Amino acid sequence: MSLSASAITAVWRRNVTMYARTWQWNLLPNFFEPVFYLAALGIGVGAYVSEMAGMSYVQFLAPGLVCVAAMNGASYEVTYNVYVRLNMQRTYDVMLTAPIEPEDVVWGELIWAMTRVLLYGGSFYIVTILFGLAPLPESILVIPVILLAGFLFAPLGLAFSLWIQSVDLFSFYFTLFLTPLFLFSDVFFPIAERLSGFWLGIAECLPLLHPVRLARASFAGSFGWIALWDIAYIALLSGLLARISMQLMRRRLTS
Amino acid sequence: MPVGRSVVEMHSVSKVFGGRLAVDQLGLQVQRGECVGLLGPNGAGKTTSLRMIYGVTRPTAGSVRVFDTDVLEHPREIRRRLGVTLQENAVVEEISARDNLRIFARCHGLRRYEAEAKIETLTDWLQLRASIELPVRALSGGAQRRLAIALSLLNDPELWILDEPTTGLDPAVRRNLWARIRELRDGGRTIILTTHYIEEAQRLCDRVVIMRNGRAVCSGTPRELIATHTAREALELDCTPEDEERIFHDWPSESRLRAGSQLIVFVEDSAAAIARVRERDKVVERELISRPTNLEDVFLAVTGTHLEDGA
Repeated sequence: MSLSASAITAVWRRNVTMYARTWQWNLLPNFFEPVFYLAALGIGVGAYVSEMAGMSYVQFLAPGLVCVAAMNGASYEVTYNVYVRLNMQRTYDVMLTAPIEPEDVVWGELIWAMTRVLLYGGSFYIVTILFGLAPLPESILVIPVILLAGFLFAPLGLAFSLWIQSVDLFSFYFTLFLTPLFLFSDVFFPIAERLSGFWLGIAECLPLLHPVRLARASFAGSFGWIALWDIAYIALLSGLLARISMQLMRRRLTS
Repeated sequence: MPVGRSVVEMHSVSKVFGGRLAVDQLGLQVQRGECVGLLGPNGAGKTTSLRMIYGVTRPTAGSVRVFDTDVLEHPREIRRRLGVTLQENAVVEEISARDNLRIFARCHGLRRYEAEAKIETLTDWLQLRASIELPVRALSGGAQRRLAIALSLLNDPELWILDEPTTGLDPAVRRNLWARIRELRDGGRTIILTTHYIEEAQRLCDRVVIMRNGRAVCSGTPRELIATHTAREALELDCTPEDEERIFHDWPSESRLRAGSQLIVFVEDSAAAIARVRERDKVVERELISRPTNLEDVFLAVTGTHLEDGA
């Protein structure tokens, strides 16, 4: 197996063309979502919570929610959208009549998902700046963190989409996997203060905690040694999942 | 590549899908400039054979060489030089025909100016001028099919593979597409197509391979196949097995084929057969149809089933 840069670009460009037709309608909700979150949780819940981890509640929430936006952006793109291209539009079957191999399709889709993640997470980040929650310039480091989050959740969702045989199973992925991650990954409360050893160990194994911790560090403007572990975790798991995705894609398209 | 060398060479190729033998020991040679038709009912293994030729399906056994190169070793190089029209029009319905062509031109790595020039040529040649800027979902079935064909020709392929190019199209559209395919065939392009339409195979193909249950049952030019496997003429009549026994009992049974209530009798001279039926069938003036034999009869003779059943 060897990858082809022009083939990967062609897959990516295909998605860009589709997105560009309706980009206004796709991009706009990306800005509303964070506004609603920050307003409800900051102004609403925040009024009853005086401070969390030494800052206002909305300040505590902001970096974690940026990562959640990245996670969601990646997940939607590589689940429903990939499923439609794979099984309904037969996009990949046509691509494979050209000099494109299944592994190129995987990387084209992953890079596209990262593009969406950047738009999604980036919009959220811009809103946190406008709300005065992201100190500049130090919080700018959250942009590579957004990409890392995308690089983690894109191959994760992609592998799942390629593995399942029925579209109905996506609800499992979202409700039984992403929702608990969303709730128990240091986004809404400092898990180290509330969870005991065993559960903390579980949280440490789950993917969302790591980008959230990195995002928090970039908003705080100081990275500890643990950031190296977080980056290593993301790199290792993403690499493994990308590999699995390539194998699954080849199996799905070439049997 | 020297003239006369095979563009496609398949040697005892088999493909097993989950315990089911989809293609069984298939051998196929296609020479440069030849138009070869794989003829067979649904499930005969035609699409799988094509997929193995363009290197997407991996054979369970046997070897596939295209342009004198092993398909599994160099799939990209081979696909750069061939074009495939899939059975279903896998076009993006939300965007224009032109955008569909542009996207696929990139898949072939064409430069922008090359792509635009090629799109212009194909738009005219396939009569897509009026539809080129419309979203594909607004196009007729025929126009969508022509677009799918245009996609497969963007890279000016040396080998053109068509999987059931006219299935589901109305007769006028079908004829129009046949004319286009013939034009390319006459221009010297190598073509492999699958079909379950006898007429399509007879009109387009220099050579026909009849497939059934994953096997190539026989192959040759349509004329050769008809001459080898059937008599000159066929007589069709409706009759019960009892009537058949009464009228034809002293005729060789292998010259008769029954499909439901219909009987086909293959004869060198239908006049004699008609006279016999009339003589032994004094009461009813049975309706008799006499016609020259065709590929359908070959198919019937070698496989024992009708080709377009269920299609």
